[in-house]
Amino acid sequence: MKDNDIAIRVENISKCYRLGVKEEQADNLLATMGNFIKNPFTNYKKYRSLYRFDDFDPLSEDNPPDILWALKDVSFEVKEGEIVGIIGVNGAGKSTLLKILSKITVPTGGRAMIRGRVSSLLEVGTGFHPELTGRENAYLNGTILGMSKKEIDRKFDQIVDFSGIEKYIDTPVKRYSSGMKVRLAFAVAAHLEPEILIIDEVLAVGDASFQKKCMDKMKDVGQQGRTVLFVSHNMPAVTRLCPRTILLNGGIVQIDDVSHRVVSAYMKAGMDSKAERLWYDGETAPGDEVIRLCSVRVKTKEGKVTDTIDIQSPVGLEMEYEVLQPGYELQVYYHVIFEGGVEAFEPIDNDPIWRNKSRPMGRYVSTAWIPGNFLSEGMYFIGPTIRTRNPELRRIRVDDAVAFQVIDNLDGNSARVDYMGNLGGVVRPLLKWETQYTLTGDHVLGETIAREGSR
Amino acid sequence: MSSLSNTLKVQTESANTQRKLLTVIEPKSGWQIIDFQELREYRDLFYFLVWRDIKAFYAQTVLGFLWAIIQPVLQILIFTIILGNVAQLSSDGIPYALFVSVAIIPWTYMSQTIGLSSQSLVQGGNMLGKIYFPRLIFPISPVLSKLVDFGISILIVICLLLYYRVAPTWNLLFFPVFFLLMISIPMGAGLWFSSLAIRFRDVKQAMPFFIQMLMYSAPIVYSASSIPETYRILYSLNPIVGVIEGYRACLLGTPIPWLYIIPGMITAAILLISGAYYFKRMERIVVDVI
Repeated sequence: MKDNDIAIRVENISKCYRLGVKEEQADNLLATMGNFIKNPFTNYKKYRSLYRFDDFDPLSEDNPPDILWALKDVSFEVKEGEIVGIIGVNGAGKSTLLKILSKITVPTGGRAMIRGRVSSLLEVGTGFHPELTGRENAYLNGTILGMSKKEIDRKFDQIVDFSGIEKYIDTPVKRYSSGMKVRLAFAVAAHLEPEILIIDEVLAVGDASFQKKCMDKMKDVGQQGRTVLFVSHNMPAVTRLCPRTILLNGGIVQIDDVSHRVVSAYMKAGMDSKAERLWYDGETAPGDEVIRLCSVRVKTKEGKVTDTIDIQSPVGLEMEYEVLQPGYELQVYYHVIFEGGVEAFEPIDNDPIWRNKSRPMGRYVSTAWIPGNFLSEGMYFIGPTIRTRNPELRRIRVDDAVAFQVIDNLDGNSARVDYMGNLGGVVRPLLKWETQYTLTGDHVLGETIAREGSR
Repeated sequence: MSSLSNTLKVQTESANTQRKLLTVIEPKSGWQIIDFQELREYRDLFYFLVWRDIKAFYAQTVLGFLWAIIQPVLQILIFTIILGNVAQLSSDGIPYALFVSVAIIPWTYMSQTIGLSSQSLVQGGNMLGKIYFPRLIFPISPVLSKLVDFGISILIVICLLLYYRVAPTWNLLFFPVFFLLMISIPMGAGLWFSSLAIRFRDVKQAMPFFIQMLMYSAPIVYSASSIPETYRILYSLNPIVGVIEGYRACLLGTPIPWLYIIPGMITAAILLISGAYYFKRMERIVVDVI
């Protein structure tokens, strides 16, 4: 009936809810009184309808207007030891799916089979009571999450240590700062030893150092061979922790694939930007009677148009333009904007062939090559710009004409070296490091061992 | 499509060398049975929730557990003066203070517990949506945590028994029987009310009034002998009557009126079992409706 190595099997899970619908307002006194008298009956019907869905056929296409399908025919399988990310916009059904798998709510249709003990972390600090001390809350929270008292006894010192609030462990939690509460709650959760772990965005809380701690712990959990389902909006975290990701959209599984492909599809859909932009019509294309832009695209070094580039690979920004009137010198460049609106740099065309020469009429294709191991992880937006000299006039500028995403495949050869946390910066160049080493304390004066950073 | 409801079947796989818990999540119709094994697995959680209720109730009060004594003492005092001396209600020859105190203590327990238990799911709503544990724990926790108050306030009764020099009799052996009966009432009522309260907040509105009226339905401040003979069996269908009469008889040494206690026991049993079934049936939709 079930393969031995499948930890979670979801088959056509569906979940519907009833939305609130505007009630009919009475427009005269008699109708109002009528409504008032009918009220207990309509109320009863209304409340009952919240969970009874017998009044329509779920299989038909035609549903009453107040029915909302949070999940529709969701199916997938997760093998033991797999770490799977689940992403999607707000309202896509991610939390509903997790709630169903955590047995908090019940599917309307379909079924799920789970092999192994499940621990769900949908909220940090569930059950915390302000009047109880940190110690008592740790026990309470731990038992809520499914640990036994003996288990908590055994791990208590580790938990307190991880949280870093040893001094306050016997003070009522209402005196804690919110950061302390989160640290304690996460410390308890981090010491769960479930076979299957379901996490919903709980890493979004806390300061940077704490988030790093959480991420490290998540990685540990993954490496211990536990099955993990990880819902998040944090794309770098998802690509870093999960080899496989499922994209949910509008309650259905849109993509179930290798993480960086899924993430790039998600980002592309969200950003509504493409790796290639074409202008066919000479009248409406950017530019004027002197020069017109034909197309812009992002390319790999093999020449393929792409919207996702590995951080170690070079990326080409190609611009195709037509010079309609001869005799002008051109200044061709790009605005390269990093996500968040920061201007990364503005590379100017320095090709010696056309430098300081006036351009004859014709079609030109100019490509700027950004070297690998230079850009940072994230989205870059490209704005092609062309000016003419004599007189200085900007003739073409398109903001955000194309965009692409840079991701790191984490093979250890990028500028990340071995660091898995959040790295800042608009660029991430791979530098050459040199280290000189001297043995101290022993009588080896004059003998130094120099080691160079070997990349 | 047939009626949609859900149950969780939990089986252990015996085919493979590794024993792993297999959970099946699906809609399923019908009435469910209580999963006692699951409750046992979560017994540590039970313990801590009860502990939390106890601690939180008296948190940051100076008097702390003394409140469990002060409130009943004041009630006994007022009832003795007003109803015993001024209104001179019959107490079957027993000193009124003793008469009423033996009844007030279990009544306080039952009334408080019914109130708390019925609101348990509504108030626990936050936790319900974030984590799974057997929902039965919610209405049952107050039943256990209030036992602490009961235990403390029983001291009042013991003091009065000593004061009035009431000798213990063999009737005391029946104390556990009435104790169990006393617990089963708020448990059964709590199961019913809590599952109704999540859908119909009317329960919350009606509860204080309901409890007040309920107090007069049992022989707490008056004697059961005041009820006309013809109505007495009907009257005894109320299990609270059985509890009060039973406690009175076993603590004060008067003969136990089994005829008027057994109907109540039957009612309590029906209430409890039906409550458990109804609760399990409503359990699955709790989170969607709350």
